[in-house]
Amino acid sequence: MSTSRIASASELGVLATLRRGVQISPQIVDGLWLTLALAVLAAAGRVVVPVAVQRTIDDGILAAGGPDAARVALLTGLAAGAVVVAGLCTAVVNVRLFRRTEAGLAELRVQAFRHVHDLSTLAQGTERRGALVSRVTSDVDTISLFVQWGGIQLLVSTLQVLVATALMAVYSWQLTLVVWACFVPLFLVLRRAQGTVNRAYAAVRQAVGAMLGAISEAVVGAETVRAYGVAARTGRRVDAAVETTRATQARAQLLVSSVFSSGVLVANLVLAVVVVVGTLLGVGGGLTAGQVVAFLFLVQLFTGPVQQATEILNELQNAVAGWRRVLAVLETPVDVAEAADAVPSPRGPAAVTLRGVRFGYPGGPEVLHGVDLELPARRKVAVVGRTGSGKTTIAKLVTRLMDPTEGQVLLDGVDLRRLTLSSLRERVVLVPQEGFLFDGTVEENVAYGLRPEPTGDAAGTRARVTEAVEALGLSDWVAGLPQGLATPVGQRGEALSAGERQLVAIARAYLAAPDLLVLDEATSAVDPAAEVRIARALDSLTSGRSTLTIAHRLSTAEASDLVVVVDDGHVVEVGGHEELAAAGGVYARMHASWVAQTR
Amino acid sequence: MSGDPALTLTGSRLRRSATLVWRGMRSEPRLYVLAVAASALFGAATVAVSRAVGWATDAVVVPAVAGDPAAQDRIWQAGLVLAAVALTLALGVAGRRIWAGYGFAAIQAHHRRGLTRQYLRLPVSWHRAHPAGRLLSGASADVEAATGVFNPLPFALGVVVMIVVAAAMLLAVDVWLAVAALLVVPAAVAANVVFQRHMAPAATRAQQLRAEVADVAHESFEGALLVKSLGTADREERRFAERTDELRAANVRVGTVRAVFDPVIELLPSLGTLAVLGVGTWRASTGAVDAGDVVTAAYLLTVMAVPVRAFGWVLGELPRALVGYDRIAAVLDARASLAPGEHALPRGAGGLAVRLEDVGVDVPAAGATATLLDGVDVDVAPGTTVAVVGSTGAGKTTLVSLLARLSDPSRGRVLLDGTDVRDLAAGEIPSQVALVTQQTFVFEDTVRANVTLADPGDEGAPDDAAVWEALRVARVDDVVRELPGGLDAPLGERGANLSGGQRQRLAIARALVRRPRLLVLDDATSAVDPRVESEILGALSSAAGDAGGQATTVVMVAYRMSSVALADVVVHLEGGRVVDVGPHAELLARDDGYRDLATAYERETARRARELADEAAAGETASEEAP
Repeated sequence: MSTSRIASASELGVLATLRRGVQISPQIVDGLWLTLALAVLAAAGRVVVPVAVQRTIDDGILAAGGPDAARVALLTGLAAGAVVVAGLCTAVVNVRLFRRTEAGLAELRVQAFRHVHDLSTLAQGTERRGALVSRVTSDVDTISLFVQWGGIQLLVSTLQVLVATALMAVYSWQLTLVVWACFVPLFLVLRRAQGTVNRAYAAVRQAVGAMLGAISEAVVGAETVRAYGVAARTGRRVDAAVETTRATQARAQLLVSSVFSSGVLVANLVLAVVVVVGTLLGVGGGLTAGQVVAFLFLVQLFTGPVQQATEILNELQNAVAGWRRVLAVLETPVDVAEAADAVPSPRGPAAVTLRGVRFGYPGGPEVLHGVDLELPARRKVAVVGRTGSGKTTIAKLVTRLMDPTEGQVLLDGVDLRRLTLSSLRERVVLVPQEGFLFDGTVEENVAYGLRPEPTGDAAGTRARVTEAVEALGLSDWVAGLPQGLATPVGQRGEALSAGERQLVAIARAYLAAPDLLVLDEATSAVDPAAEVRIARALDSLTSGRSTLTIAHRLSTAEASDLVVVVDDGHVVEVGGHEELAAAGGVYARMHASWVAQTR
Repeated sequence: MSGDPALTLTGSRLRRSATLVWRGMRSEPRLYVLAVAASALFGAATVAVSRAVGWATDAVVVPAVAGDPAAQDRIWQAGLVLAAVALTLALGVAGRRIWAGYGFAAIQAHHRRGLTRQYLRLPVSWHRAHPAGRLLSGASADVEAATGVFNPLPFALGVVVMIVVAAAMLLAVDVWLAVAALLVVPAAVAANVVFQRHMAPAATRAQQLRAEVADVAHESFEGALLVKSLGTADREERRFAERTDELRAANVRVGTVRAVFDPVIELLPSLGTLAVLGVGTWRASTGAVDAGDVVTAAYLLTVMAVPVRAFGWVLGELPRALVGYDRIAAVLDARASLAPGEHALPRGAGGLAVRLEDVGVDVPAAGATATLLDGVDVDVAPGTTVAVVGSTGAGKTTLVSLLARLSDPSRGRVLLDGTDVRDLAAGEIPSQVALVTQQTFVFEDTVRANVTLADPGDEGAPDDAAVWEALRVARVDDVVRELPGGLDAPLGERGANLSGGQRQRLAIARALVRRPRLLVLDDATSAVDPRVESEILGALSSAAGDAGGQATTVVMVAYRMSSVALADVVVHLEGGRVVDVGPHAELLARDDGYRDLATAYERETARRARELADEAAAGETASEEAP
């Protein structure tokens, strides 16, 4: 496989990534200022309790005239009101953030998904399917999960620390500095430890993967394991993998626990520091007793954020990395695009002309070296040639899955690049070797050929499908299926045989009703009954249409109106089968060897 | 295993949950005693932190700031006390987390070992009824679900200790203050439980939709060429957008549940603290408590806010754990094992004698019973080569799998050298019978290990000379020699990809290296070139001859008449019954059905050959060596 045309990740920096991400999903920043304002109120609510503690002690319990219960009752009542209002603000902030980011991310997903389909087959083919899927699923999920579990925490925690610091500074700037001096190193140490923790988790994921591989041998190889009586050995291999997993999990847990509890230790040691330094300051007259105690409560507002911050920053990095991978898809240029001034191609008999066509795969040698070819309308044309001769490339150029590097491909005299893609796809349809089926019924798969998509009219769709099945002589086959047209085909059509999948693909192409049909002949063997059906259905499908077949069998060429022989990127012979077989050239040699081998 | 009580949980939900938790902890008693003890220490230390803060307030901060010199002298003492409590707390947290994590990993490993033992013990028939993907997810997803509850469990138990200690301490100080502080605990627990009840289904739904969005994307990208060819990208985009929007709604729902509950759960301790301040000041005005007592109670609420959530985590995980555990238990309780007998199978010279007596096989099919084999009597003399022939569905595979005891007949007996296979001890059959199936399984291991199915140094593992000899007879030695590393070349997912024919020949070598007295080939050469197939079958008899004594008994299911003609005896099977037995030529003469079958086989063979030639002529590589 050549290197991917889709970058593994966008090269934007963190801020640029966020900016670009927001540009694509503007919903995310809808009403952001109001959300932020509410978030500040919510954070302010967190310091209500420490302030209430301070006032209760200084003005209530230690009041000059003895404890003043009435005053504290009023104070705590007011504080309770403030706490409730702050709680409401938190709820509103959360809901606003969720709604807006999720809307934005849904938009991002759909855009990236569409972009993948808009890329040329060439660009799509350079990336594994699974990797493309993860760009629109798990990569976006990373962002979504970050927002749900980390993003809000990060916002609220940052504000919480800021508000707490501000309040502490009002009480005593010296003690505030002491508290910061304790937490900043803790944060830096935790941040470093995070790297080790991440590596430990990566080891766990790897061990789990290896373990599942070992278990799959016991499951998929069940028959072999029993036939050779090697259950004990397989069991030992699995046990070893299970034990490795357990050991790596335990190691990761040991690391995480050590890091976490050292955080707990420091956070609680800060209490001792605050009591000692705060009281010393208080003795000097800088602080009241209530203020020292309030500090003890305020320190608690630091502990959570500092401990979580390392994990959250880590998730943030993952989220940005995920975002970059999705953006990389959107940044990949669409190489086979519709021209701005494209015109629709009118329906009718389709004739194709190749004029001086050259083509080379990116970074590879040229595979077509100046091909000139006339494919007359309503004729069956077969292209033959060795693997690698360039015959499949011709099919891809005629269907505009790719554009020639030089020269022109013309449909009824108009360059394909000047036509709208929708009109081109309506007139020219490729039936690939392996007919791909969606996980649905036979009927749904056949009806997929109907364009535009039928809406709502189930009976009408059923009638069109039935008509296609009859026209292609497939009624008896459909009748023999367990549930007729409603038979589920399974994932990728695996519930059907290879031959049956081809039948569905042919019926689908029939409903698509193209003017030019490009067939990449199937090479996989099918059973004789299916073979006959396929041949008959193909006859009905191609009758009256321009057909270009990439032939893998000479028998197909024999039945064509015109044979095109491709060799080493050149069209070397064009003519009728009889004519070429007698001409003493490349085709005649291929034909002679074929005759010799089948007699 | 047959005598063990069933593991499936029964009774009320509460009872099942309790049993699940108890069984898990009992399986790792040492780790859980340590984890719960450490967690109890953590719980007590948390209360001690608040007590120490209260004491420091009363004994040091308030009097020292007020100017008491004795209190000023105690400032450093207070710092040391708080530091000691902090250290105890951190140790408790570390112990709790480490041992809980160890226990969690150990229980997972325990389940995984149990499951794979059972996977390896259950017969092939059970495996056919359970898709491999389901069984694999049993060892990953189900085990994770069943054990998720054990992570927060010690934490929650420690919190129980914390609440008890806190209650005792506060009650000793003042009843009213205790009531004001402790009211928050049940409220917080209740809020957490309600939260988890709402959260679990919402999160499950989002998880499920994530999988569905991935399915749509995967299918659509896989069909990308079709989508492009038909120009249906708009339709695909709509399909994807619909599912994406459902996922968006589900994610918002998860977010909303959190958005509502998070503030509530944060609010409760804050309101509790304020209540403590109010009540505390009133009690202080009556002289019942000091400022330090109020600070203790208020501080307690601040530090207890997170721990009381542990109950919610445990209760939230329980429903998922029950589902996961039930799935695991269903596998562990499966009773379809083929129990081995106790007899040995003496290793005589030459091939095994095989005898099937009135054998019938019934399998359940769609509510009814389907008969795959009926009244089959076959007698195979030692050293004979037997071909089993019949049309699709005649019962050929069922018949030959009985010989290796992959399953047992419903009626009748299968005898090897006169002993019923059900009486043979474990390991006796595989040591003398080798079955090669049509689908070859390649282990992710070296070529050598794939042939010997043993680790180097294992007792009785064949040496390299024996491996090469088996590879040579199976006509795959040249292929292996070409691989980088030869016998050490890795195969399987990461290693070299062999063609279908090469894999089949490797499987034959795997069978031959064990020097079996009975070799069963179930269409094991379907992807091998006919010429090579004849060579292999020819070499089989000469290899047996070289070994001295009589040849190996061979029973093969075959489609090519060239192979069938090599057999001494042909068994013609139709509809699960034996139609005729005899040499190929005799059957051709007297058995009309067999003649038709032979002609059809010939036609099919010729058609395949023609196709290969056709494709070769059109320039395609049709050789079976192509990957």
